[in-house]
Amino acid sequence: MSRAALLVLADGRFPAGGHAHSGGAEAAVKAGRITGAESLESFCRGRLYTAGLVSSALATAAVLGVDPRQLDEAADARTPSPALRVAARKLGRQLLRAARATWPSPELDALAGQFPKGAHQPVVLGLTARAAGLEPVDAAYCAAYESVSGPASATVRLLSLDPFDATAVLARLAPELDRVATRAVEAARTAVEEGVDALPSASAPLLEIGAELHAAWPVRLFAS
Amino acid sequence: MTAAVAGVRATARMVARDDGRGGTALPVLESDGPLALRRTRGSGAEPRVMLVGAMSGPLGGDHFTVTADVREGARLCVGSAAATIALPGQTKGEARYDVRLTVADGAELRWLPEQLISAGGSDLYVGTRIDLGATARLVLREEQVLGRVGEEPGRLTSRLVLRVAGRTVLDQELACGPGAPGGWDGPAVLAGHRAVGQLLVVRPEFAEEPVPARVLGEGAVVVPLAGPAALVTAVAPDALLLRRALDAALAALVP
Repeated sequence: MSRAALLVLADGRFPAGGHAHSGGAEAAVKAGRITGAESLESFCRGRLYTAGLVSSALATAAVLGVDPRQLDEAADARTPSPALRVAARKLGRQLLRAARATWPSPELDALAGQFPKGAHQPVVLGLTARAAGLEPVDAAYCAAYESVSGPASATVRLLSLDPFDATAVLARLAPELDRVATRAVEAARTAVEEGVDALPSASAPLLEIGAELHAAWPVRLFAS
Repeated sequence: MTAAVAGVRATARMVARDDGRGGTALPVLESDGPLALRRTRGSGAEPRVMLVGAMSGPLGGDHFTVTADVREGARLCVGSAAATIALPGQTKGEARYDVRLTVADGAELRWLPEQLISAGGSDLYVGTRIDLGATARLVLREEQVLGRVGEEPGRLTSRLVLRVAGRTVLDQELACGPGAPGGWDGPAVLAGHRAVGQLLVVRPEFAEEPVPARVLGEGAVVVPLAGPAALVTAVAPDALLLRRALDAALAALVP
């Protein structure tokens, strides 16, 4: 298989529905906590080391063959907000549909049968990377990058932020993405030996609170 | 880590069991070093234990452990006499505070300590692990205050793990203060709030009838977990406002 499959999977145009979600940016913009490139960077950094690290480790563990059922339960335990659990399963379901068409595999078929309501997106992402013949570290990068690229592109729409500025934020975060992906791979390898409790559980109170505030709005631009 | 200088190691233990006459007995109430346990008022059905920290601590290098084992059908309420203050030690290095709570079927634990204050220059890891039987009940409050008044906080990492009938229902870690991963004080995590807290309520009946998710204010929500539990997460500018938010949430959740 080809490393270039990573570019296909991580491409923002991969039809997995991610563009409809802001990764908490919409709630943070409304609360006045993201007002420009600088606060967007701080938001993305905080999300990267919390939700991003957790997603990255879950996806990596899935590539390494940890039981998807256990990973999905671990994801539930690390996602107290029901709005975020619903969003993660919805994204997982959409990704699985795209993945099965793109990289058909019995493992993805089995996952669909096992989780009719959708599995958490990082678990699906890991198994998709596996089906595409990618390495664990590839899934780690893909999940870590998605944790910041979503809020960055959403903020371009929410604040009319200059897309050049948003992209520069992502570029500045690159060394930290390396660090998070490395930590995620280490943690996932430990989880293979010791079980899913070894996965990181870094949390961000305002992402949890913001997700519930956001879900209660009557009108919103993004689904989460 | 191989810090050569050893801090204080102390383990305080308590065991509560059904006394067979409709009440709860405390066959084990074991203080250790700076961790003193005192039985205070409270009813026979629900004895009350206060954790009385001798002066301050934990300091850098210290490792404290508190365990509570509430056996089948027993009830226990645990509080603390004052806030716990994490302080820098004479030795560099992380301090560690472990809390291990076990609550058997038909038993109930209310764990309501005062705040944990992370003083400037301190470095503390707090690990709280709770194992509940399928029909156990729990109310647990955790409050972290970042810095004393007008002070920069120390480094504080706190992990809270809840298992019900062997299944992990909640696993959350929060790291903040100097040296914590980037963005901890930014718009995704704390955004300048200096007090953060959680209230965890576990009731077997929540499995059938989960608590609905509800916004309690700009900085607080109650959510149903993926199990028979509800969690209140709150952030506030200071300890007083945080306690007010958690008290209001508790009154609504446990009438």
